[in-house]
Amino acid sequence: MTIFIPTPLRTYTADKDAVEVNAATIAAALDELTRAHPDLRMHLFTSEGKLRAFVNIYLNDEDVRYLPEKDATKVSSTDTLSIIPSIAGGCPPRGRMQIQHRIPETQ
Amino acid sequence: MNTATLPIELPELTQDDLTRYSRHLILPEVGVEGQRKLKAARVLCVGAGGLGSPLALYLAAAGVGTLGLVDFDVVDASNLQRQIIHFTADIGRKKLDSAEEKLKALNPALNVVKHETMLSSANALDILKDYDIVADGTDNFPTRYLVNDACVLLGKPNAYGSIFRFEGQASVFAAKDGPCYRCLYPEPPPPGLVPSCAEGGVLGILPGLIGVIQATEAIKLILGIGEPLIGRLLLVDALKLRFRELKLRKNPDCPVCGTHPTVTKLIDYEQFCGIRPETKEEQAVKNGVPQLSVKELKRRMDAGENLFILDVREPFEYQIANIGGKLIPQNEVPQRLAEIDRDREIIVQCKSGNRSQRIAEFLKQSGYPKVANVSGGILAWSDQVDPSVPKY
Repeated sequence: MTIFIPTPLRTYTADKDAVEVNAATIAAALDELTRAHPDLRMHLFTSEGKLRAFVNIYLNDEDVRYLPEKDATKVSSTDTLSIIPSIAGGCPPRGRMQIQHRIPETQ
Repeated sequence: MNTATLPIELPELTQDDLTRYSRHLILPEVGVEGQRKLKAARVLCVGAGGLGSPLALYLAAAGVGTLGLVDFDVVDASNLQRQIIHFTADIGRKKLDSAEEKLKALNPALNVVKHETMLSSANALDILKDYDIVADGTDNFPTRYLVNDACVLLGKPNAYGSIFRFEGQASVFAAKDGPCYRCLYPEPPPPGLVPSCAEGGVLGILPGLIGVIQATEAIKLILGIGEPLIGRLLLVDALKLRFRELKLRKNPDCPVCGTHPTVTKLIDYEQFCGIRPETKEEQAVKNGVPQLSVKELKRRMDAGENLFILDVREPFEYQIANIGGKLIPQNEVPQRLAEIDRDREIIVQCKSGNRSQRIAEFLKQSGYPKVANVSGGILAWSDQVDPSVPKY
């Protein structure tokens, strides 16, 4: 199946906008994706392995949170998964605000 | 059903209106009654920038009677690549004045209401209450959540659009029985995770595409025609020119529009988004890294101090403008530590001070004894020290 990678996360997939995986369920597909691109893991999941609240995963056009079996839903090779992160469309006014905690990017 | 609340008495069309809007009037879906609805309508554009420019221009052209604009910024040269309501001669002018001039030139009958302020929890309800529809074209997460919550609390539909690089999103939130922004994104991303447009860039036409979609939705809501983007999220990929649509559901547990809301009044949105104002001490030292002002850097350079200025931008940026620092792009720094002299004071510099702060923190962790960050980067240098250094 194809997993669509949104622009803000392509840094972690070597600029690929889509990644092909072979998996039986949504959870297995995400697992394979983050095994192939380990830097993605911390952006999608908390340290306890829970999907982060500001990341939405869609199976075709349906929000995974609203599927009866959630991420245990079975998938086929023609299905697509989309990762939909929030984008604000710009930046906070310069110099007025300060970042309180950030994801390290340099190491 | 989904139309905004409009006055029952619709204004009459003048002879000028009949001529100007003739292409609308011959559409059975608009007609005289629809044009009168547009004339009576009051739309608030939050932000007069990339999204707000095409949005306001098209709404003005279409005959929307009252347009409110919220903005407190001035026009900068770097805005002109996408903010088409502002012209070269407007650089340095208030965006509100520049926008009002263009909108009135396009349609003199338009009533423009200028709100020269930053939308906040203290003023949002008061500003939004006088409008039928809100079009959110802001550029940061705290204001996105603020606009959403205010729209839900007041029952005003929000024609939403947002952009990043080559990608855009659009929807209509907070319509009657429809989902809101929080149903889609219950929580904001931590600050710093999503790069800003200043760091990430944006294709100039993209706000045009998305802003016009917002204008389309606003007009459909006013006229009560078609199928508005309620319960749907439109994704636009400008590079592939591919439009995709996802289903949005109203979350019954949504803290603001759910069945048992816990957010019943506006909150502190900067705190909600993990952002807080800087204190004096933090301005001087951030995460253990001293912050050096550009003026202080200039003074120390002029005094001939033994400084190692490390420029961590990309080579193409260095080519546009530099202050003579050693260029090592941020991603190469970990592999090129040998080129950075441990015995000297390292002054790290980038475009606006964010990348250099990260690298300065990294150098400190790597055992460099004396590291400082240039606050505001080369943009501040151009503003405060040497205006001949080009800004980009």
